[in-house]
Amino acid sequence: MNEESATARQLSADFPTLDREDEDQLLPQLVAHLREHRTRLRQEWASRIQGAHLLQAMTPQEMAAETTSVYDNYVEVLETGSVEALQHYARDLSERIIPRGVETHEVVGIVLLLRDVLARSLFGKYQRDFGLLNRVLDAYEPAANRIANTVAVSFVEERERVIRQQQDSIRELSTPVLPVRERLLILPIIGVLDTERARQLTEQLLSGIRTHRAKVVVIDITGAPDVDEAVANHLVQTVDASRLMGASVIITGLSPEIAQTLVTIGVDLSKMNTIGDLQGGLEEAERLLGFTVSRRDGTAGP
Amino acid sequence: MNGGPALVSILRQGSYLIASIHTALDDSQLVRFQQDLINQIGRYRSRGVVIDVAALDVLDSFGSKTLRNVAEMARLRGAITVIVGIQPDVAFAMVELGMGTGSVHTALDLEEGLAYLNSHLASPAAPGVVGFQD
Repeated sequence: MNEESATARQLSADFPTLDREDEDQLLPQLVAHLREHRTRLRQEWASRIQGAHLLQAMTPQEMAAETTSVYDNYVEVLETGSVEALQHYARDLSERIIPRGVETHEVVGIVLLLRDVLARSLFGKYQRDFGLLNRVLDAYEPAANRIANTVAVSFVEERERVIRQQQDSIRELSTPVLPVRERLLILPIIGVLDTERARQLTEQLLSGIRTHRAKVVVIDITGAPDVDEAVANHLVQTVDASRLMGASVIITGLSPEIAQTLVTIGVDLSKMNTIGDLQGGLEEAERLLGFTVSRRDGTAGP
Repeated sequence: MNGGPALVSILRQGSYLIASIHTALDDSQLVRFQQDLINQIGRYRSRGVVIDVAALDVLDSFGSKTLRNVAEMARLRGAITVIVGIQPDVAFAMVELGMGTGSVHTALDLEEGLAYLNSHLASPAAPGVVGFQD
């Protein structure tokens, strides 16, 4: 290996006549080579992708279409040296494939495979001239690294953007305080309750109690997958604070897991009024408020 | 200590007393309020007390402890107490600091507090109660 590169250096030193203009010819030459063998190289790349079991979320047709565009974009970046178009393409591609469940390692993997396939074909073409090969690789590698970097970063950025967007929309939707009957509020909690959300929830509930003059509040946590100790304590505090404002709280929809968690971590639940499901909670709330619900034909009540 | 204007108006309404706290009270003012209220319960033979704290944006530990004590003293003198008008921020701060009103009943506002007293006192065993049913 060392011997080889020493030889290469020796050889490149043997061609001092190669001036700047020839250097500038290298990338166009390289690009012309990649264009000429486009079909073969692209197919080789596609089969390496299949061999590595990457992009299995995509159909063969989609993969053929995407690999063709990635290849052309790749060659274009090598030709123009500008990654701007590639950046746009990578972002657009990410937007399309992220919902399909394509992972970061797959995207980075396929770009590195392409880099590899092209490098090998360059080796094949220039193998008889070490000096030239050396300079070709000098021109090729920084550009190829830049491409891999651009694609990976674009993909990760797009993913982060999607995650942020989803977090924002969860936060916006998170805590609706819904009046159901006169003086009765329902607060359905959907999604992960973290400390920040729990705090926001309390604020909205307390001001909801004042605006709607609520006497009973049903907090339904059927849709909350998990509750940790901090959040459980926060729930207890919310119940206490609601009581200070003259409203009683009924908690419904405690899942078996949450019930076990709450008991295991030892939250004081003695003051919590809990009822199995939302239906039971509403019936209890109606009873507290003095409502009765009956069927019009008189056959059955709740 | 008992000089100066009272910062809490204690209004008599039938057999109820309505104490409205207008401004944050310091410790000696709280003690004076406590004495005034307990005296008046006896003088007017009151059966129920509503303490309205809606104007307060802070309720410290001494304040909430005094309110609990007042309620307990009132009970000994034969009147039940409701605290009304605790603001959302105040309520949240109180539970965060581990303070509460103990077993004293709370209600949203004066109207609710009176409704609670009516429902708990309007029995034949409590003659002379002036009702607020409309």
